[in-house]
Amino acid sequence: MKLFWAVLSKELREQWRTYRFLVTLIVLSLFGLLSPLLAYFTPQILQSIPGVEGLSEVIPPPTVLDAIGQYIKNLSQFAILFAILLPMGSVSGEKERGTAALVLSKPLPRGMFLLAKAAAYGLVFALSLLIAGLAGYYYTALLFEVLPFDRWLVMNSLLWLYVMVYVALTLLFSTLSRSQAVAAGLSFAVLLGLGVVGISRTVAVYLPAQLINWSAMLFIQPQTAYWGSLAVSAGMIILALLAAWLVFRRQEL
Amino acid sequence: MSAIRIENLVKTYGAVRALDGLSLEVEQGSIFGFLGPNGAGKTTTIRILTGLAHPSGGHASVAGVEIGHNGALARRIGYLPEEPAFYGWMTAQEFLEYMGQLFGLSAAARRKRAGELLEKVGLGEVRKRRIRGFSRGMRQRLGIAQALVNQPEVLFLDEPASALDPAGRRDVLELIAGLRGQCTVFMSTHILADVERVCDTVGIIHKGRMLRVARQEELTAAYALPVFRVDVTGNGNQPLAAWAEKIGREGMVEQVQVDGNAIRIRVRDVENARGWLLHALAESGLAVERFEVVKPSLEEVFLNLVNEEVRQ
Repeated sequence: MKLFWAVLSKELREQWRTYRFLVTLIVLSLFGLLSPLLAYFTPQILQSIPGVEGLSEVIPPPTVLDAIGQYIKNLSQFAILFAILLPMGSVSGEKERGTAALVLSKPLPRGMFLLAKAAAYGLVFALSLLIAGLAGYYYTALLFEVLPFDRWLVMNSLLWLYVMVYVALTLLFSTLSRSQAVAAGLSFAVLLGLGVVGISRTVAVYLPAQLINWSAMLFIQPQTAYWGSLAVSAGMIILALLAAWLVFRRQEL
Repeated sequence: MSAIRIENLVKTYGAVRALDGLSLEVEQGSIFGFLGPNGAGKTTTIRILTGLAHPSGGHASVAGVEIGHNGALARRIGYLPEEPAFYGWMTAQEFLEYMGQLFGLSAAARRKRAGELLEKVGLGEVRKRRIRGFSRGMRQRLGIAQALVNQPEVLFLDEPASALDPAGRRDVLELIAGLRGQCTVFMSTHILADVERVCDTVGIIHKGRMLRVARQEELTAAYALPVFRVDVTGNGNQPLAAWAEKIGREGMVEQVQVDGNAIRIRVRDVENARGWLLHALAESGLAVERFEVVKPSLEEVFLNLVNEEVRQ
């Protein structure tokens, strides 16, 4: 456990010192904060644009659901981008530079090396989504109405789980290849592929993207749940990390 | 007990045999020079011995532990890759402390060990500087320090001085020489002068096979040339050329070459010729400054061995 903490703490310090954590935190928090603001002020912004004044009369007055929708849409898009861009070089980059060979010639199990990276990204995204969530919650309450905090928390947890699917996949691809670009490309391909597969409604309810719909439904139909999607997402995370470990433990450095 | 024991080690990359039945034993406490041209299989051997690569065949053990990626082996060895890479965002002190953490050292112990090692490798003053700003020589010295964190029984150094300037090379070789008696050092290099300076035993590898393993003196003695070199002072002597001509007619002498105030005498039998030549010199009246049997450089031995291998 002491060893795991040592490696995790190194990973977290790396995220901090290389500004990755800070950038993720700022960008996600900014979108968390701006989403309810944008939902609230969009009609007024439209009214102030010459030539489209009439459009604001057609658009219904914004509701709390618009704020929630904006929040989920913005956060999920940007978080996914970061979930692919941040870990794409975490293993391949270390293999390429030679730091992996140096560190793994010490008594550090390869599984722990990978798990610490996954845990560090998990914490970075959890903390970033927590701050973004608090900012979004505060402005939604200020401009619209106070929402049940527990549901808001669940909504962000579902977003986190969705993000972690792509973190785990990118870590796997980063382990498989020696190129960061290939790792990112493969993750985007999976994202795109699952988007195509998700056209079928029967399949879509089991895909990770359904977690996003679920998080939106929490404030419309709280009784709706997509446990299949949750199980598949958790399974994908576990399988991706397991596959990464199985490959990495046999890899030559 | 041998510090390193390798039996018939084979490593193939597709059709290429990087190691072709390599066998070797390295004595405990020695500084072993693993010598060979580029592509001979030196780095592959070290990567296998440190558990970073898998052999295609054969066996090897280091410090009594069978090779492979396992904690027991990693605890007993230190490893410096050819181009050591670090986390540039860390300071030298932080990096060594992190390495100490991987070996389970307590906070106080790793702080103390990092401080000692940084002083030892001459980086004490820059301990708080980020590694990304380090020069190549500083990185190499930090690389040696990180390899010593756990006070290893066997230290693997892959071309530790090849990429350094003369001053950096001298510093690194002095550091390695300073490890004599503390641990077994297995140092790969293609620079013969480095081996001559610090290694007591030499193994010559070529095309994945061990050509020869011997103590450095034995190796040079085995390939000694039957040649004497005599230097004389330049003033007030009888002409050297006349003496050279005289001894050149003796049956014991094969060839004589005069070069300024020096003369090289190739003989048929070194031991018989030694006494006779000294006597002849004493009778000649020449003022002798130096008298020696010419020792071949390790470079000559190396080239001889490789050429023999090529001929075979």
